[in-house]
Amino acid sequence: MALYSEKVMDHFRNPRNVGVIEDADGVGQVGNAKCGDIMKMYLKIENDVVTDVKFETFGCGSAIASSSMATELIKGKPVSEVMRLTNKAVAEALDGLPDYKMHCSVLAEEAIKAALDDYYAKTGRTPEQDATGDPAKADGDEEQKGGEE
Amino acid sequence: MKIYADNAATTKLSANALRAMMPYLEEQYGNPSSLNSEGQRAKEAIEGAREKIASLIGAYPREITFTSGGSEADNQAILSAARAGEKAGKKHIVSTAIEHHAVLHTLKKLEKEGFSVTLLDPHENGIVRVPELEAALTPDTCLVTVMTANNEIGTVQPIREIGEICRAKKIPFHTDAVQAVGHLPIDVGADRVDMLSASAHKFHGPKGTGFLYARRGIPLTNLIEGGAQERGRRAGTENVAGIVGMAAALEESAARMPEVAPRLAELRDRLIRGLSEIPHSVLNGDPVKRLPGNVNFCFEGIEGESLLLLLDDRGISASSGSACTSGSLDPSHVLLAIGRVHDVAHGSLRLTLGEDTTTAEVDAIVTAVKEVVAHLRGFSPVWRDLAEGKSKFIL
Repeated sequence: MALYSEKVMDHFRNPRNVGVIEDADGVGQVGNAKCGDIMKMYLKIENDVVTDVKFETFGCGSAIASSSMATELIKGKPVSEVMRLTNKAVAEALDGLPDYKMHCSVLAEEAIKAALDDYYAKTGRTPEQDATGDPAKADGDEEQKGGEE
Repeated sequence: MKIYADNAATTKLSANALRAMMPYLEEQYGNPSSLNSEGQRAKEAIEGAREKIASLIGAYPREITFTSGGSEADNQAILSAARAGEKAGKKHIVSTAIEHHAVLHTLKKLEKEGFSVTLLDPHENGIVRVPELEAALTPDTCLVTVMTANNEIGTVQPIREIGEICRAKKIPFHTDAVQAVGHLPIDVGADRVDMLSASAHKFHGPKGTGFLYARRGIPLTNLIEGGAQERGRRAGTENVAGIVGMAAALEESAARMPEVAPRLAELRDRLIRGLSEIPHSVLNGDPVKRLPGNVNFCFEGIEGESLLLLLDDRGISASSGSACTSGSLDPSHVLLAIGRVHDVAHGSLRLTLGEDTTTAEVDAIVTAVKEVVAHLRGFSPVWRDLAEGKSKFIL
C-alpha cells in the first residue's frame, strides 16, 4: 500500500518493544478510545538513563508505528535527551507520515512526556535536574544500542 | 493468495460487459448526437442499453436518464424533488440517518436553503420502522428518500411498504438502490418507486456510469446545463461504452441472481458464524434482512485501520468504518446511528463477498481475522483494561 512509507509498514508489522514493564519507573497514557487512538508507555530509568521501554497501543497503523519508532529513539538515551524528543523526529525517523496522520506522532511524543511526568512525580526529581545531560554520554549510548541490533 | 472481499466498494468488470464495450472504445467512436452514420450507430447502442435496463427494473425506456454514477443520480433526484416541492410551497423531506453521503450531504445543502429534514432512526438492526416513517410525513413533505440497501451494514429497507404509503399520500419517493441493483430483484412498478439511483460498477459494470429512473410525470431538474442529450435532463456527450457496458452487466447480474444470491447468502452466513466465535464482537445490522454478500462486525479493543492493513498483508481486501479510514475524526455515521459507541465503532470490519467468493476463501478469512484480532488485542491498552476488569466490556 502506498498509504505509508516502507518504514511505517515495517514498524507496524513488526512493532519493537511491545508489552508491559511491571515495575516501571514511569507510565504514561494519552489519547482516548473515542478518538480511536490510545498509547501507553512504560519506562525503566536507571542513573538518569532510559534503560528499558515498552508500549501498548490501540490505534491505526501509523499510531502503532509511531509508538514503536518512539521507543527505539529513546531506548538507552539519557532522560535529558528523551525529554527533548519531538513528534517531528518520530515522523522523520519513519520517513514521514501522511499529513492527517501527524497527530499519531504527536501522541507518541505526549505518551513519553506523560511517562516522564509520572517518573518525576514518583521520584520527587524535577525535570530541571535532568535537563543538563552529557551529550558525549548520549552518543556513546547510541553506538552501544546500534551494536545490539 | 488474494481474496477480494470489498465488493460493496466496487466489483470486478464482467468479461461480457468489457466485450460489449470494446467496439465503442475502438471503431464505433461516433457521437450519439451526430447525424452521420457513426453517430447514429452510437445512438442506437445507447437506446438499446436504455431499453434493456428499463425492462430489467420494470420501467419504460424514457424513464431512464444516464448519469456519471450513483452520486449524481442521488443529487439529481433529491434536488429535482426539492425544486418541485418549493414551487408547491412544500419544503420538508423525510430520509434516514444511514443514507449514503451523496444523499445526506445533498439534504444538508437543502437545509441551508431553508428546507427541513427528518432523518428516521434506523434502530439497532439498521432498518427503519414504517409507522415511524408514516408519522414523520406532513402536508409539507415534498420527498421521501430511503435507500434500498445500506452500503456499510447491508440492511434492506421495507421499500414496497414505504412506496405504498408515499403513493397513497402522493409524496414522491426516491430510493438510492446503488447497493441493491444487480443483487436484489428490483421492480419500480410493484415497489411504487418514483425515482431510483443506480451505479454500474457495483454490479460488475464500468466505473463512471449510472442511471436515474424517474417515473413518468416526475419532473427532473438539470444538474449539468448544455446540449439536449438525455431529453434535456443531462447535458454532455454520453459515455457510450460505459452505458453499453452497464446494460450488459445488469443483464448478466439479473440472469445470474437466482443462482448467485442464495449461494452468497449461504457464504455470508458461514462467515457470520465464524466471526461470531471471536469473543466481544457483534454483527452490525439485521442478521436476515441484509444483502446476500454483506458482513459487518465490530471487535472491541482494537482499531479498524490496523485490522485492515494486516488483513491486506495476508491478501484479504476488506474495509472499515473507523475514523482513520473515513478521513475524519468520527467513525462511520451508520455505525453511530445504529447505536454503536465511538470506542466500538472504531473497531469495525466490512467484508463484502462477490460471486467469485468460495467456501475455502470464507474459511481463510475467518482464520485470518481471528489471528489478526488476537494479535492487535495482544498489545492494546484498551483490551488490557477490559481483560483485567478495569473497564467494562461493551460487547
